[in-house]
Amino acid sequence: MLKLDNCTIANSNFLLRADLEIEAGTSVAIIGPSGAGKSTLLETIAGFRDLKSGQIFWKGDDLTARPPGKRPLAMLFQDGNLFPHLSAEQNVALGLRPNGGLSQDDLKQVRSALGRVGLPDMGARKPADLSGGQQSRVALARILVQKRQVLLLDEPFAALGPALKVEMLDLVADLIAETQTTLLMVSHDPQDALRITEKTVLVADQIAHPPIATAQLFENPPPALRDYLG
Amino acid sequence: MVGRTQPINPWPGVGAAALVAALILGTLITVALRAEAGGGFGPADWAALRFTLLQATLSAVLSAALAIPVARALARRRFFGRRVLIALLGAPFILPVIVAILGLLQVFGRAGWISDALGFLGLPPIQIYGLHGVVLAHVFFNLPLATRLILQGWQEIPAERFRLAAQLGCEGLTMFRLIELPMLRRILPGVLAVVFAICLTSFAVALTLGGGPRATTIELAIYQAFTYDFNLGRAALLSAVQLALTAAAALAALRFSQGDGFGAGLNRAIRRWDGGAPLLDAFWIIAAAVFLLLPLASVTISGFAGLFEMPALVIQAAVTSILVAAASTVVLLLIALPMATTIATGRYGIVELSGLLGLAASPLVIGTGLFILIRPVANPTALALPVTALVNAIMALPFALRILVPAARDALERHGRLALSLNMSNKSFFMRVILLRLRPQIGFAAGLTAALSMGDLGVIALFADAQIATLPLQIYRLMGAYQMQAAAGGALLLMILSMGAFWILDRGGRWHVEA
Repeated sequence: MLKLDNCTIANSNFLLRADLEIEAGTSVAIIGPSGAGKSTLLETIAGFRDLKSGQIFWKGDDLTARPPGKRPLAMLFQDGNLFPHLSAEQNVALGLRPNGGLSQDDLKQVRSALGRVGLPDMGARKPADLSGGQQSRVALARILVQKRQVLLLDEPFAALGPALKVEMLDLVADLIAETQTTLLMVSHDPQDALRITEKTVLVADQIAHPPIATAQLFENPPPALRDYLG
Repeated sequence: MVGRTQPINPWPGVGAAALVAALILGTLITVALRAEAGGGFGPADWAALRFTLLQATLSAVLSAALAIPVARALARRRFFGRRVLIALLGAPFILPVIVAILGLLQVFGRAGWISDALGFLGLPPIQIYGLHGVVLAHVFFNLPLATRLILQGWQEIPAERFRLAAQLGCEGLTMFRLIELPMLRRILPGVLAVVFAICLTSFAVALTLGGGPRATTIELAIYQAFTYDFNLGRAALLSAVQLALTAAAALAALRFSQGDGFGAGLNRAIRRWDGGAPLLDAFWIIAAAVFLLLPLASVTISGFAGLFEMPALVIQAAVTSILVAAASTVVLLLIALPMATTIATGRYGIVELSGLLGLAASPLVIGTGLFILIRPVANPTALALPVTALVNAIMALPFALRILVPAARDALERHGRLALSLNMSNKSFFMRVILLRLRPQIGFAAGLTAALSMGDLGVIALFADAQIATLPLQIYRLMGAYQMQAAAGGALLLMILSMGAFWILDRGGRWHVEA
């Protein structure tokens, strides 16, 4: 279980409060008006921002003071998810061996991950020679070999077309089902939330509300969400 | 960037900065302690101060102002020989000073090409000595540096920006205001401060083209205090003034270069869609090329004959120079890379200041301080070459950092968060991201250092005896002995070695980077 215990997050001009729990293995959408603090919440869980007060637990372990790389989670950002000077294969390998020293077994894993995301022959290419969708797939292959228990998505597919975005979301849904990963996904599109998540955290009015079943939330939206959906 | 941690271990950089600061400040203190009181700041010293500020200001403003149209023309034109021209634009700055002055005299001097041409028209020859000669030489040396720094700023603008602007139909002034002016605002103060600081400590130019009560720089006055009457007290006083001046310029540079890097853009070839003014661009490119290439051509022609009857002494000196330059480059990279990485975190302004101290300290002051420190424990002459290599590296450090830091900052901003989330170690981030992302800048910095060290005539003159000589010193001696043929041949060889070292390293760094 991911637990945000009485957390206050300070971002230069506003405060965000979060006191909520997320069951391990669930997929959760984080939804709300732009500027409400969705990305801020995710960055805090990932360890890129300090908490003003409160604690973050994963399965009882206190993560609050741990640096980002030591938390049991992987994250995809809005952009900059690949190193442009490294090949697809090298980028994926970083998920397994961030400090080099790749064994034959590791290499096999890297190649099989690239195969799993549908890029079996693209290992030698650099990001600039891949399409946007292919770049996303490489990043997902890296997530696969990272084998972290929680996956955080900060709208990494926002720049892709609708069909491609749906394709990526379905791939994500398959991958997390295979690996029993907990998913937290920022989204501004209710369709994305309904498509692959069971629960939704609404971020509005400086509060990250506890998760509610996604379908139920959209059937009977609270006022803040209704304003946002229009 | 967002966050509390960065994938960088700041301590190697802090350590390197401390060593540099200890060396520069330590030698300065040594000179000051050794100095005898008395004398004070006389009228001649005030005149030197005024002249130094005047020539440095004029040189910096002229170099930067001329560099903007040249860099803009080069940034947006693709023409045959562009790559060669950009490499050659680096030439005057890395040209050994003696060689460059020989070339400038052959073109602009009393018996030079232009004076000869004026003579045909019945006009009096150009007078090159004095303020305008010093400024002319400084612009000759610094216009290319300013152009390359500004051009780099232009090339660091992501191609996507130009694409976006082209898509929006921006042209001319709008394009300039939208994309280029913010870049210039970020780059120019640093460029001005660097050229100003270089001209503050420039010595050989003032020695050859200035001199006398009306055109003596502080640096020249320090040299004269050392060599003519070994008056360490006056030299130390002048050094203190020099340090204060350049520290102020260094602080200004530090302040002005804190701007954010531009957003991410993938490594695609830079292409622009706005037309601009082709004729105007052509004018600037041709004018700059002629101004910079004429003196080099002159030295090449006059040195060609001597090249084939090289005395053994010159060959030996050339080998010595190559070894010194190589050692200097290695030392520089060992110091500059950790420092640049630490500065990129934005939390260690003191490290950047230490890197800029090299601009403030003159090689002669450091050399004399080291001489005084070494003499009780060893024979300074025996250490002439290691000391020369070390001092050359320290002198190149400010330029190397100016080249490396913006790129390091950018690499950290773009990739730091990803590296942290992957749990990359500091060492791994340095080896696999910083070093690889900075390859073009590392090549440029290494090339600059190798060439500057190859052509340096400063510390070596204080330390060497008749048995040891680098190539520039050997040429200087040949000139003193009126062996002009051999000197001209040696000058051409030195020019080839300096340029060759720069070209190989700079080209090596940019290989396969900019398509």
